[in-house]
Amino acid sequence: MKYLYFVWKNLGRKKVRTTLTILSILVAFILYGLLGSLKLAFTVGADIVGANRLVTINKISLILSQPESYAARIAQIEGVKDVAHANWFGAYYQDKKNQFAQFAVNPDAWFNVYSELILPEEQFKAWRQDRIGAVVGEKLAARFGWKVGDRIPLISTIHRHGGDYRWEFVIDGIFSAENKRVDTSNMLFRYDYFDEARDWGKGEIGWIVFTIDDPARAAGVAKQIDDMFTNSPAETRTSTEQAFAESFVKQFGDIGLIVSLILTAVFFTMLLVSGNTMAQSVRERIPELAVLKTIGFGDFTMLALVLAEALLIALLGALIGLGVSAVAVQGIAAAISGFLPGLAFTPAMFAQGLGYAVLFGLLAGLMPALQAMRLSIANALSRH
Amino acid sequence: MTALARLHGVEKFYAKGSQKVHVLSELDLEIPSGDFLALMGPSGSGKTTLLNLLGGLDRPSGGSVEVGGHRIDQLSNSGLAKWRARHVGFVFQFYNLMPVLTAERNVELPLLLTRLSRAQRRERAQIALSVVGLADRVTHYPSELSGGQQQRVAIARAIVSDPDLLLCDEPTGDLDRDTADEIMGLLQVLNRDHGKTIVMVTHDPRAAEYAKRTLNLDKGRLNLKAAA
Repeated sequence: MKYLYFVWKNLGRKKVRTTLTILSILVAFILYGLLGSLKLAFTVGADIVGANRLVTINKISLILSQPESYAARIAQIEGVKDVAHANWFGAYYQDKKNQFAQFAVNPDAWFNVYSELILPEEQFKAWRQDRIGAVVGEKLAARFGWKVGDRIPLISTIHRHGGDYRWEFVIDGIFSAENKRVDTSNMLFRYDYFDEARDWGKGEIGWIVFTIDDPARAAGVAKQIDDMFTNSPAETRTSTEQAFAESFVKQFGDIGLIVSLILTAVFFTMLLVSGNTMAQSVRERIPELAVLKTIGFGDFTMLALVLAEALLIALLGALIGLGVSAVAVQGIAAAISGFLPGLAFTPAMFAQGLGYAVLFGLLAGLMPALQAMRLSIANALSRH
Repeated sequence: MTALARLHGVEKFYAKGSQKVHVLSELDLEIPSGDFLALMGPSGSGKTTLLNLLGGLDRPSGGSVEVGGHRIDQLSNSGLAKWRARHVGFVFQFYNLMPVLTAERNVELPLLLTRLSRAQRRERAQIALSVVGLADRVTHYPSELSGGQQQRVAIARAIVSDPDLLLCDEPTGDLDRDTADEIMGLLQVLNRDHGKTIVMVTHDPRAAEYAKRTLNLDKGRLNLKAAA
């Protein structure tokens, strides 16, 4: 710690250069925070799915349907516990920009399969008795200021009833989850009402999701199901929910890979810039460094002093950059929670960012630090 | 008087391509404790090389260098660094102060290598600055001081850890006549009143007059020029 003052003062030697270097690192870490949050938002579904949940979709595409009867047949397979199914409704509220996910489901079956969702019993009871009832996640309710008892008109872009795209639902409950990363920005309404009212596609469901007793048997159960529906009009593809979530995300492209490539390019460039700046800074101070060695600073102290400078620059840039991105992500997440519900800057990302900053500082400072360590006093002083 | 430093059969040469360039040849020298020795000679005669060998900044190609009972030519790099921190103070022609530190912080630098607390380091730095007559300049940066004052700060930095030996390389080379006299007077006081052994390289005969004796180096060999 006694060297900290000295290290700090050295950073102030060329204020403009130090500021520009810190700014460039800061920008890199803002990008890390923003893109990392985006990556997290796209993969959050894949991260938090249940290990014992499987999903069956139409083999050709997720957007093609399958008969409702498949759900009952899957329920009879040994090892299968609870079975639910869902239809994508594709509606918006009042204005097209107010998009969010709505699923037509069987209430009890859905909440059995998604046991992490919490809905107060009296609200559940009300929903069971109300055919046009719906329950909404707490994030969605907060977004539009909805409360229990509200009537909400939705315009479906896919489904009509009696020739009309406009549907009306009553909010019977608001569900939540203990794990804050679980998506609560969607709406669930009753399949029986939906199926009866819709103009086309009756008896057809979008996908089936079910739980099994033993996650180790997932591959065997999936094969059994897909074999069962081979050569039927709607052949199926069954996979774990994680694989399903990942393939869903990959419809948008491999976000993780894209983000990783961008960040690697940014950090590599910044590393070259910072490393060069540190090297230049050390070259300019060779006589001073030689004087320090002359008065007794050892080789490893010299190495540590230069590395400490590089680390301090990297940590300053990283801390400010991570702070800015945390605030920015919070603001962006609030503004687009309907489109990207999982957008968040987590403490784990912050800790990982600091880890990268330390690594960044050590790498940027390594060559100049070795140069300072190996400095020959007699040669360096004779240059003066 | 006991010898503080003994050099025996010291050689120093550099390789220049396939050739060896001899800087010092078969050099024997004894420096008694409390001596004030001026080393003179033309450029390239090996004065600074000899000073570097005495201060453990460089290693001889042959022979032995013993200072304060330590064979410093046999010490490791880290051993040499520790030895320099405890036993030698250096004063350079161009002061070589850290421009980003105040006078007090510059003087404190060698004490960072000790276990002293910040308060103790500060106290000692202020005492050293008082000894060189700069008690009222502790918070000044080098750029706010004259050349002579900067050299005084450099001398304070050299004596703050109370070394046995002060090595000065052209300490007045960058100063005007009056300031040079002040600095030489200060070194004389440190030698006479504080018992510091001083070895000084200089081109300036007037500066050399302050020394107790002067040795002349020519082509790597020593000649006694004058004795006090």
